[in-house]
Formats: sequence, C-alpha cells, structure tokens
Amino acid sequence: MTTKNVHVKIDEMKTNTGLIKNLELSIGKVVDESWAEPMGPTPMPSLTTLRDWDMKLLNRYKPFYMPDCDLCCLCTYGKCDLTAGKRGACGLDIGAQSSRIVLLACSIGAATHTGHARHVVDHLIEKYGRRHPIDVGGLNVKVEAPVTRLVTGIRPETLGDLEDVLEYCEAQITHCLSAAHTGQEGNNLDFESKAFHAGMIDQVGMEVADIAQISTLNFPKADPEAPLIQMGIGTVDTSKPVIMCIGHNVVPSVGIIDYMKDSGLADKMEVVGLCCTAFDNTRYYDRAKIVGPISWQLRFVRGGFADVVVLDEQCVRTDMFNEAERVKAPVIAASEKNCMGFKDRTNDPADEIVADLVSGKVPGVLILDPDKVGEVAVKVAMQIAPIRKKMRVLPNINEIVELAKTCRQCNLCQRSCPQDLKIPAALKAASEGNIAPLTELYEECIGCGRCEEACPVKLQIHSFIVKAGERFMVEETNLCRAGRGAVQDVEIRNVGSPIVLGEIPGILAVVGCANYPHGGKDVYDICREFALRRYIVVTSGCSAMSAGSYKNEEGKTLYEEFPGSFEAGGVLNVGSCVANSHIAGAAIKVANIFAKRPLRGNYEEIADYIHNRVGAVGLAWGAYSQKAASIAAGFWRLGVPVLVGPHGSKYRRMLLGREDKPEDWEVYDARTGDKVNVGPAPEHLFQTVETPQEAMAAIAKLCIRPNDTWKGRSIKLSHYIDLHKRHYGTMPPDIHLFVRTMADVPMTMKDEITAILEAKGWKETVIPDPTLLPRMIRKKKE
Amino acid sequence: MSCEPWQCAEIAATKKANAITKPEVAVAMIKRAARPILVVGSNATERWMEGRQLIDYIIDFAKASKVPVVATAHMVGEFLKRGFEPAGFMSAMDIGNRLVDPTWQGLDGKGHPDLALFVGLPYYMEALILSGLKHFAPDLKTITLDNLYHPHATWSYPNGTLEEWASNLKVMTSKFEGGQ
Ligand code: SF4
Ligand code: SF4
Ligand code: SF4
Repeated sequence: MTTKNVHVKIDEMKTNTGLIKNLELSIGKVVDESWAEPMGPTPMPSLTTLRDWDMKLLNRYKPFYMPDCDLCCLCTYGKCDLTAGKRGACGLDIGAQSSRIVLLACSIGAATHTGHARHVVDHLIEKYGRRHPIDVGGLNVKVEAPVTRLVTGIRPETLGDLEDVLEYCEAQITHCLSAAHTGQEGNNLDFESKAFHAGMIDQVGMEVADIAQISTLNFPKADPEAPLIQMGIGTVDTSKPVIMCIGHNVVPSVGIIDYMKDSGLADKMEVVGLCCTAFDNTRYYDRAKIVGPISWQLRFVRGGFADVVVLDEQCVRTDMFNEAERVKAPVIAASEKNCMGFKDRTNDPADEIVADLVSGKVPGVLILDPDKVGEVAVKVAMQIAPIRKKMRVLPNINEIVELAKTCRQCNLCQRSCPQDLKIPAALKAASEGNIAPLTELYEECIGCGRCEEACPVKLQIHSFIVKAGERFMVEETNLCRAGRGAVQDVEIRNVGSPIVLGEIPGILAVVGCANYPHGGKDVYDICREFALRRYIVVTSGCSAMSAGSYKNEEGKTLYEEFPGSFEAGGVLNVGSCVANSHIAGAAIKVANIFAKRPLRGNYEEIADYIHNRVGAVGLAWGAYSQKAASIAAGFWRLGVPVLVGPHGSKYRRMLLGREDKPEDWEVYDARTGDKVNVGPAPEHLFQTVETPQEAMAAIAKLCIRPNDTWKGRSIKLSHYIDLHKRHYGTMPPDIHLFVRTMADVPMTMKDEITAILEAKGWKETVIPDPTLLPRMIRKKKE
Repeated sequence: MSCEPWQCAEIAATKKANAITKPEVAVAMIKRAARPILVVGSNATERWMEGRQLIDYIIDFAKASKVPVVATAHMVGEFLKRGFEPAGFMSAMDIGNRLVDPTWQGLDGKGHPDLALFVGLPYYMEALILSGLKHFAPDLKTITLDNLYHPHATWSYPNGTLEEWASNLKVMTSKFEGGQ
C-alpha cells in the first residue's frame, strides 16, 4: 500500500513530452481533481473531528446503561467489581465500562465488514485489475458511493480507488480499538463518540465491499425488478447433491457456481445458502437458493440436507465442523478468518483433497483459493451424495417419545434457553405421546443449542424440536427478491420532496439478524403494515428473508405483493449485510441529489439535514451481532433512530430522549437564528421495544421530523394515532408535543385533538428551517 | 436462603437480591415506601395461573395496594380493556431511564419514586433494567413480583411454581386494606 508523505502539486509544467496542468500527486496515487465539487470541511475525519456533532446528539439522546455484567476482567488488575459507583483499579466506572463495551462491539463490527471488504477488493483486483470501473447502476446511479464520498471525500471510479478508502477505514478502526485499552479513555460520552465513529467507518467499509462486488460480479445494479429467488428448504430438490454455503463472503461461492456451470452440472446439483452468503449467491446466480437466516444452521445440517458444507466468514456456528461430521457432510473452510482448525490444503491438487473428503479420511479442509474451493466442493458433492444418502441425525417420533421419558424435569434447559421456551412441559407431553407442544416451539426456537448443552441426561432437545416441526420446515417454499443494491438517483429525485415534506410518512429499514423473540412472522407483519400505509420499506440481511417467508391471503409473499422500487408502498431488499450501506446511502442522496447539499467531506451538515428532515427509522427486530451494533452506530451518527427487539436490550445501553424535558428539543431556525422548540422529533436514537405492537407505534412516531410541512405532519400523525389507538387502545399521551399549528392536526380527528390541546395548554409555534448547527444559520439581512 | 437466577447465566457480582421468603416481607416494604410504583410488562397477558392471567392478579393487587401502575409496551390497552386505568404508560426503557434520573418527579410530578416494583417483563429485559437501576439509581429500592429470581433487584422471590406465584400475589393483595 502506498503512503502519503510525499505530496506534489504542479499548476503548470512544460516537459519534453508536453504540458502538464493542475496535477496533484501523492506518492503512488493521483488525487482526482476532475470532480467539480469542492472538498468539504471534514474529509477523512479523525477520532475527534466530529466529536462536537456527536456531543450534540448525545446531549439530547443520553445513554441509559443497563450493565450486562457488574465486573470488568479486561486486564490483570482485575477482576474489578464496578457495582453501583465503585471504580476499578484503573479508575474506570461502570458507565464508562458499559460504553467501552459498546465501542468494542462497534469496532469489531466495523473491522468485520471492513476486513470483508478488504478481502473482496484484493481478490477482485487480482481478478479484474485495479482499473476495473465502479459501476453500481449505470447511468441511473451517478452518485455511486454516497457514504464514501461523504466521509472520505473520495469519489471512487475504479477498484483501485477503493484501496485508498479502505486504508483510511483500517487506520480509523485501529484507533477506535486502541481507545478501548485500559487507561486510554475514561469518559463515557467520549467512548460513545468513538463508537459513533466506528459506526460511520463501518458504513464506508460496507459500501466498499458491496460496490466492489456489484461492479464486478454482475449483481443486480440498482434494479427494482431484481429477480425473485426461491427460498426455503422446500424449494430445494434434495434428490440432487446439495452444497450449502454459510456466512457472508460470496467469493468462495462464486468459485463453486462457476465451476458447477463450467462443468455442465448446473441442472444436476443445488447450491443453497444460509445467512448473507445466500443473498450474495443469488445476486450472482439467480438459480441459487436461500434456505434461511443465520439461526437455522443446526436445523439444516442435522436435517442432513447438505452434502458439503462450505463456510466462509461471519456468523458461522463455531461448532459447525462437529455438527457436519455427525451427518458425514465434509466441511470446506474457505476464509482466513475462520479456519476451524482444519489443515490448509490450498496448495494440494484438487483431486487429492476430494479423495480425502469423500473417503472420510479427513472431516474437513481449509482451502483459501476460491477457484479450488469451487472445484473441490462440486466434485465432493457429486461423489459423496450417493454415499451419504442425506444422512441425518434427527430422531424419529417414537424415539423422541421414548427419550422424553428420561427427562428429569429439572428445568435446566428452559433456564438456559434464551427464549425461555417451556421445554420441560413439552417433553412431559411428548413422553405421554403428545408431540404438539414440541411442535409449537419450532417457530420460536432460534436454534442455539443451549438447551442441549445444559441437559444433564444429554437429550438432543433442538433436534426433537426440529423433528416435531419438520413438516413446517420441508413445506417452506417462499420467494425473496434478490438484493437490488443501491437506490437509483432518479428514484431519489422522485421521492425526495415528499419524504422531506413528510408526505411519504417515512422510510422504514427492517434490517439485521434473526434473534427474534417469537419467530420471524413479526417482521413480516411489521413490513406489511407499513407498506400498506405507503411508507417506503427497505429490507436487508436475515430480516429480508423473514419478510419474504410468509404469505398473504392470496398466497403472495411481500415481494410479490409490493413493488421493489424506492417509492411509497415499495418493499425493496437491498441485499446482504454489506448492502445496508445503500440504506444510509439513500438518506444521504436525499440530502445531496434532492436538496443539493454538498456531499464531499461534509458529514456534519448532511447528518444534520437527515436528522431534521428525513423521516427514516431502522428496525433490527432480531439484532444479535457486533456488526448489527456497528450498523446501528452508523445510523446514530447520521441522526437516524434505530429500534431493536427485546433481545437488543442486551446491547446494554440505549440512547434515549426525554420528551418530558422541553429544553432538550430546541433547534435553530436557519432562516432567522431563532431557537424554536420542535418537540421530541425524533424522540430516541436507540431504543428497545418489547412487542411488535409497541414497535409499530414507535416506528410511526419516530418518523416525525421537525421539517415536516403541516400536510406531512398531519399524515404522519394520523398513522401514529391510528396505530397507537389500535394497539394501545387509547390516544397517544404526547400528541400535543407534535402539533405545531392547527393545520398539523389530521382533519378527521380535529375535535378530539383540539380538546386535548386545550387541556394541555398547548400553544401554537412555527415550523422552522431546522438545524442543530449554528453555522448553518443564514445571517439576517440588516 | 440461597437463590439461583432463573436464567442460568444471569449472575450478579457482589450485590445480589435478598430473597423474599414470604409475601408479608414484600408487603411490609411496600407499605413502608412513600412513593412506590409498579412497572408491568408484556408478559402480563402471556402468563396464566389457575385459569387467570397475570394481569388480572396485578389489577387486584394494584387496586388493593393503591400502588400506581406503569404499563410498558402495549399493555395499557389490556388494562383498559379490563376497566383499569394505569397511572401511566411508557416503554420499558423510558421508565428505566426516568428512574435513574434523580430529578424526575414521578408520574404525578410530586416526587421521585423510592420503590419500583417490576413484574411481567421478558426475564432478560427485566434483569437488564434492574441492573441499570442497581448501578445508577442508588437511592431507589427495587422489588420484582415475578416468580423468578432476579439477582439485580434489591428484593426478589426465589424461583417458584405458578401455584406459588398465584398464592404470593393473592396473599400480598389481601394484606392491603383494599384487598380484604
Ligand atoms: S480495565 Fe480497569 S476496570 Fe477493567 S479489570 Fe483492568 S483495572 Fe479493572
Ligand atoms: S435451541 Fe431452541 S429450545 Fe434450545 S435453547 Fe436454543 S432457542 Fe431454546
Ligand atoms: S434439561 Fe434435560 S432433563 Fe432437565 S428438564 Fe430439560 S430436557 Fe429434561
């Protein structure tokens, strides 16, 4: 990689080969000056460049800490007991410790996406060359990398340009992580600010990964009509050899799909995926299939469907080698980050490796060359399928009944189950021949296996549940739209005005993992509710799968029922985890393309714009990972509120506004410089919601923004009131805080709301040109 | 009495809840409190004891004890359906966040609560909120009325059966004037 310590700028120079004008050189690279947009104030921000902005947000949305652990054991001074105000040996208190854990989670998340991006970019450069152009959506997407442009000031035109972007990200992540060292940072808000920084970097890393793969691998390019993909194990022809890819990095899967196609085997086998690899496989090859979200790994492996299991990176069960061995499915580990203890066979002849895996001489191998992964996986699958005969380790029902009789009713399984599922009761019923209660657990079980670890008599409880729910499993035949990637510039132009004015009531991004409290149906219900209300619903990752896993009365999945474009009532799947960057990108593009705010290196102004005007909310109903934490943090710094489902409370700190404190809700009116109270809009930056009903009311409320016109506000309020009345059985108690003038009041509710306003002593106020940044105030003309 | 947390991994460090050995202990503490509140979560309609839902027991208790109820999630609608109006409702995170703010003057604006009772939140959420209060609301006492041991509360019942739970709630209700 190049360094930047030599910088030459030549305004004009005559040489014997010609005239050079306006050339700026840093060692090894040419700084692009053809981009007419001048550089903004904060290109490549350091750890503290945006600290003031963060503190503005953190002052309004103060952290509420819920320590998951009272101790700190990070250094050898410890363990330190930090309970209730005690400081550790280094001086740290529990607030700072809790925020340090948040910083660590966000740094791990950012490092994971950026490491993924680095691998993808290096690999694609090797294959396609540094000069391969970035193409995210042809002429439809001129702002190809909104996050990257905003944060770094770089407009990437080629794969090679992405290396510069990654170099910046890698340095920042190192700084973020280093701040978590003992004795490095002591203030909780400073830890929080650094967590925001990690989140912002994460969005850049994700964007780099996705635009690199879109540009080279012929993924759908900002296509609202990206193909509908078969989803569910019921769509897989299990009479054929099946290769199951688990993880997030498409590179090894590309090797598999290419080799399979080149050998004329496309009709003779199935390539299926779990978690985000599934999405990116189907973006590459629309006959690949999605079998499910991250939490279904055990289900499918124990069910015996996979003849070969290929592991890449992120969110792969770390005992997969064990589980696969039980069903005699060879494992190929294909990522440096996830070697699983296997011998590195990258340089061995493919046929030797195939022979070893098929004969069972070794249960798995590490292969770091994606083309070789392809050849080995395909050959092994073809040879081993007839031998394995889909060997499975699920007991039959009679066996379950017999084994259930050995249950001691000790409750340890339930007490270890994150879902608190009533396993002992289900086993008691099973021992009496009634399987129905076990079957009922199927939908809510997240497949973690903790119950089995706890059981003193070693009952394979998860397998019992899977067997009892087998019918649902094999009947899963759904459709999911392939990840479309970015949002087109023209789509932004069409919806920019109604979004900013509030007439499209909001953008709901339903993202993240599958650690749901009660199964995936809630995700479907929430998406459908808001699509019917003509919000723009954007999905990604495992949530996008859950959204497509249920059908309406006509038998249509969400992706068939609603259009895939970025418009009111659209439901669009952007793609895998790294495609989340396009959601932030869309919000940024509203500020840039619609509102013409300068983008380049201009983070604070754009975030201020989005926070005050773009009614977007993220919902990560089943968020579990550190990556989900960093994705959320990227949205926090942009001022976009994020909701998580109940398990998300374990991120252990919320960022909560106080609607009962009017002084917290002042903004400047950029026209006059006056301070105006705009009410709690949006009320929170990060909040756990307990039930889907609560989520729905909260989403509608969190889409409210200070900039809404009266018409937009009345539309947003009517959705908020309607959902609140439906689920809470009563009028929202805070409605007066969101009415600025009587024109904001939805017509049909005028009398009811007028009475409330009178009772609350409401006073009319103005609709400002809102900003939190004094520098955005346009001076009054004297 | 030795108590184990209901979820095995929910282990507290040096400060863990005292066990409520009989409902009278909890009643005495509630009676002693000047400004108690009762936070009721979404399991109020999910848990059944002796053919009645938890929420019905809670309504009886709240009516008898006059402890103001804060309903979390969408539970307010469930209370209203049963003809009981809670003193307030807000998200579980919001009530936790207000309780750690010593300047918060309670639902009625008359003073910060000195005792917060919790019941019926998902176990892990309740544990986290109780932990937040243990660490950041040093003057607040917390009691959980669940039948599951919560180490981060100030006082908690040990893990118990549904029958024991129903009995505890009924006894508690009966010990207040309005419950006799
Ligand atoms: S980092 Fe600080 S609080 Fe943690 S163990 Fe070391 S001295 Fe104790
Ligand atoms: S595998 Fe399912 S039943 Fe077992 S502990 Fe995990 S969620 Fe609970
Ligand atoms: S842990 Fe095992 S023995 Fe104990 S109740 Fe659960 S299944 Fe039965």
